Amino acid sequence: MYVAVKGGETAIRNAHALLAETRRGNPDVPEIGIDQIAEQLTLAVDRIMAEGCLYDRSLAALALKQARGDLIEAIFLVRAFRTTLPRFGYAQPVETGAMRVRRRVSATFKDLPGGQVLGPTFDYTHRLLDPSLATFAAAPAKSAPAARPAAPSVTPADPPVAMARVTDLLGDEGLIEASPPDDGTEPGDITRAPLAFPADRSVRLQNLARGDEGFLLALGYSTQRGYARTHPFVGEVRIGEVEVSMFVEELGFAVPLGEIRLTECQMVTQFHGSAQVPPQFTRGYGLVFGQSERKAMSMALVERALRHAELGEEKSAPAQDAEFVLSHSDNVQATGFVEHLKLPHYVDFQAELDLVRRMRASHNQPEDDQDAGDRPASDKGEHAEAAE
Amino acid sequence: MNESPDDATARRIEMMRLLSRATREELEAAVERFAPLPPMRELRAPDVGLAMLRGRVGGDGSPFNIGEATVTRAAVQLEAGATGVSYMLGREPERARAAAILDALWQDEALRGAVELALAHVRRRLDDEVTQGAAKTEATKVNFFTMVRGED
Repeated sequence: MYVAVKGGETAIRNAHALLAETRRGNPDVPEIGIDQIAEQLTLAVDRIMAEGCLYDRSLAALALKQARGDLIEAIFLVRAFRTTLPRFGYAQPVETGAMRVRRRVSATFKDLPGGQVLGPTFDYTHRLLDPSLATFAAAPAKSAPAARPAAPSVTPADPPVAMARVTDLLGDEGLIEASPPDDGTEPGDITRAPLAFPADRSVRLQNLARGDEGFLLALGYSTQRGYARTHPFVGEVRIGEVEVSMFVEELGFAVPLGEIRLTECQMVTQFHGSAQVPPQFTRGYGLVFGQSERKAMSMALVERALRHAELGEEKSAPAQDAEFVLSHSDNVQATGFVEHLKLPHYVDFQAELDLVRRMRASHNQPEDDQDAGDRPASDKGEHAEAAE
Repeated sequence: MNESPDDATARRIEMMRLLSRATREELEAAVERFAPLPPMRELRAPDVGLAMLRGRVGGDGSPFNIGEATVTRAAVQLEAGATGVSYMLGREPERARAAAILDALWQDEALRGAVELALAHVRRRLDDEVTQGAAKTEATKVNFFTMVRGED
């Protein structure tokens, strides 16, 4: 239990001043700009937007700067900021099928309509540090891939076409389960109603979309290692821009608000079928703000594991336990509860200390009969502690 | 012009789509071309809020909430009657206000062509960006070959 303390104002003020000075680092080194962060540390910015559940690049960049690069602190700042704003409404669901694709790969089909495009990926890099990045290069580094020579393969007369989702290809044959139909039911919103169990699929997806990447990565990994094994394949990962629009009451139509970048993952997993359903592939889904396929893939793995009841699978692993997963996925909540332990707990601890002393006194009573008189009981207690 | 209300709305949405992708500088430069502006009042001063964004399960199924985005909105009313409205991602009050003014001007059929002309270079810039982006992406298209494994 935490009991409020007062005092320490001067120390706190000085600590904040020291924090500001430490954040700035060596003043001889130029200060980093929000635009530099937003343009050059894009994946950190993307993660802050995803887990801060607020799509706003410059705000996420500011948060990263203020938090000295601590992503969870930055996510916390963004979450706090969003509570200061009114909500204008709910946007219409984005059309990922119409995505302007920057990257799209499938691990299940080699030749798929629209092809496999690698986009700006770390895949197939050798993970060797590039010393040329350590200095400000006037010209592009030699090791950098040259995008230009091959560029003319798309001409202005050949406008980019929307790429069909891989799951639609399998779906045509009935080999894969269909997405749950939109019956007009309003999805749950955990920013408006607290998480309750059992949580439906919309609530689970919202929770996972804002969930900690590391937590979901570990849980997803656990499903691969045999804790709720689902034999997953990446049906498709795609990254790109989609349009957001929102129905505006005063206009009577949906207004295009602009574009956002998303990462979508369709995980395809085995399903042996049941009495009612013939064997077919089932799906786990991941959708994340920005470019983050590690998060989208982990989300899809966990999302699939959480569907065990619906698919009649045995519940045997942590990743299948909705109450465990959804209650511990939020890193702002988690860090708040873990880190509050460092705040003053003096009263609480004094009470515990007193309790332990009294318990030890009564615990030592019978033993004291043997060597009573040798030394005081409390002294003996200290030795026992030191011996441990 | 013999336009059905649906066509007019579709064209207005198309214009709003363009406005939502233009920079503040581009929008303010376009507004500048109509100086002196016809008398108008601020129906809604630009304000910043949130829209909850949604996806669909599996990409095409039932909806769920992903997270929010910042949105700025503004509205102006020309004395002649037309109301210009803007809703756009981000936190840029001046940009939203300029977009609302252009939306109002665009509704005057006498000015519509001029508004579209004032934004023509924005459309070209956006088209170029899409084309160039697509070309760079296309250059990363791969063909994987499945190797024959040797065993019979």
